[in-house]
Amino acid sequence: MKALTWCGTGDVRVSNVPDPKILQPRDIIIKITSTCICGSDLHLYDGFMPTMKAGDILGHEFMGIVEEVGPEVKNLKVGDRVVNPFTICCGACFYCKRDLWSCCENTNPNAWMAEKMMGYSPAGLFGYSHLTGGYAGGQAQYARIPYADVGPIKIPDGIPDDKVIFLSDIFPTGYMAAENCNIQPDDTVAIWGCGPVGQFAIRSAKMLGAHQVIAIDDGARVPERLRMAEEGGAITIDMHDEYIYDKLLDLTAGRGPDSCIDAVGMEAHGYTLDAAYDKVKTMLFMATDRAHALRQAINCCRKGGTVSIPGVYAGFLDKIPMGPAMNKGLTFKMGQTHMKKYMGPLLERIQNGEIDPSFVITHKLPIDQAPEAYKIFRDKQDKCIKVVLKPHEMN
Amino acid sequence: MTTASELLHRTQDYFDRSESSKNHFVNVGKTERQISAIGGGALALYGLTRGSLGGLVLAGIGGALVYRGVTGNCPAYSALGTNTNHDEGAAPEQYFDRGIHVTQSFTVGKPAAELFKFWRNISNLPSVMTHLESVEVLDDKRSRWTATGPAGTRVSWDAEIINEEPDRVIAWRSLGGADVDNSGSVRFVDAPGDRGTEVRVAMDYIPPAGRLGKLVATLFGEAPEQTIKEDLRRFKRLMETGLIPTTKGQPRGTCSRFFGSEGEIEQ
Repeated sequence: MKALTWCGTGDVRVSNVPDPKILQPRDIIIKITSTCICGSDLHLYDGFMPTMKAGDILGHEFMGIVEEVGPEVKNLKVGDRVVNPFTICCGACFYCKRDLWSCCENTNPNAWMAEKMMGYSPAGLFGYSHLTGGYAGGQAQYARIPYADVGPIKIPDGIPDDKVIFLSDIFPTGYMAAENCNIQPDDTVAIWGCGPVGQFAIRSAKMLGAHQVIAIDDGARVPERLRMAEEGGAITIDMHDEYIYDKLLDLTAGRGPDSCIDAVGMEAHGYTLDAAYDKVKTMLFMATDRAHALRQAINCCRKGGTVSIPGVYAGFLDKIPMGPAMNKGLTFKMGQTHMKKYMGPLLERIQNGEIDPSFVITHKLPIDQAPEAYKIFRDKQDKCIKVVLKPHEMN
Repeated sequence: MTTASELLHRTQDYFDRSESSKNHFVNVGKTERQISAIGGGALALYGLTRGSLGGLVLAGIGGALVYRGVTGNCPAYSALGTNTNHDEGAAPEQYFDRGIHVTQSFTVGKPAAELFKFWRNISNLPSVMTHLESVEVLDDKRSRWTATGPAGTRVSWDAEIINEEPDRVIAWRSLGGADVDNSGSVRFVDAPGDRGTEVRVAMDYIPPAGRLGKLVATLFGEAPEQTIKEDLRRFKRLMETGLIPTTKGQPRGTCSRFFGSEGEIEQ
């Protein structure tokens, strides 16, 4: 089959590889009908994620049709249409039982590796480095899904892929980011980053009843993302020519946002001195992550407010303003998304017509064009916001 | 004669369990102890019947042999550093003097009875302990263990269960003739609330000198605590989910620009 493989920093290639097989009784094989490039894939592409190996198959946002079912998967059958969550969950451990699905204890074969770095290991992930298990990803024509009796969600006929594919990651991720803010009807929520997760966080904050949603990004680099945020009901701040803190105070008459969402993560850009400092430091390999957006979110958040972090961080952060965070009494909420908690309820919202997630798609391409797609997505060319790959379509 | 041999056994047992055995550990093998005690007794009797000075010397030697046979401790062997007590495996003192002690624990979300049942059927253990090639059950207490290591090395030993409390404890030790003397125990303790069972393992082994010393690495790896932790993790996963996750057998690319790039299967 065709699959997109990681061959080094800035080097991904479509290769022929053997078809996946059922390896364990709880596995299924799916024929992939839609698969996406995620912003977090760019961290792998840019070489910011340790423990990648040449030849790893990428991709963790995918859906398709069940081709083959392992003997212990009783809830799915050949021909079912499923969306697969990017986290792999056993359904039986302490964490799965408490709805903390992304902390599953049993699915990462390389748990020892993650324990060395983090103290404890999170769940296994598809196509996301060997630290999280080294599972082959879904930017491919077929994929093996382990623990398939727990993860994938069945999709009824009649709903097109484009409307449900984002249940695999970014819609639940944006939604959990908003839910973590414990939004009250009179709240203002400020969101850094208008990429796909930021877009879903904006719409989720609205759905959860926020009085005002403010979205922040760079109008000089990605004006189309600010426009999409406005279409979603946000007031926007262009960080290129506005002072974010001053504008936030103005929009809230000095109260400040009640909660701040960092939907940017470890490769933040910025125009301030600390952003330049981060850039130099990561280029010299003295730090792994650039935390510009997180610093601002902490500083701009009102006293007693919540900082919610769906943006991905991999390693160690520098110059985090813990003094302001402590003295203002902030609450921090973060984590990889607890997918199984959200997939069902959000599918219902889609079916009820409360949201059509396909708004975020800007590019649909055959898988052969994936290497170009990574490049335009990273470089923000061609107004690219979200790429959906079609593995079985020809050029 | 049967009564005499029974009496001898009992006396030997008494000395093995008594305070004195802590000071003078058993370093004479079982068969050798019988011969020593019986032969020594005969020699002493013969010496005494001679009624001469030479006879008295013989009786003294005989007495020493009886002591050696009954207590299992030979001062001459101690001085030479020799130990022929292979039938019994290493004595506790040897573990104390030269042994390596490793402990590890893991919480498993299942009732103790279920975990005990898996562990008590010790032929199950190779499915979670990757360094074990096989465990063959010989009878209710005894088993034969074979472990593999790097470069095709292989060590084996017979072990017996020395303590067992249903759903709570299993303890075992290797018997005489083991390539590496080892002993261990596993305890199953109820975890708080509905969190399952704390599985607490203690292992001891005595690294032999020389060539065999290198084989110890095949028993527990270079970092024994980590090896046992991984064994317990596999045990937890098998108990909680019915399987141990793997990516062996999945496809991957080669990134080769040559050879037609057909990818490969992960090993």
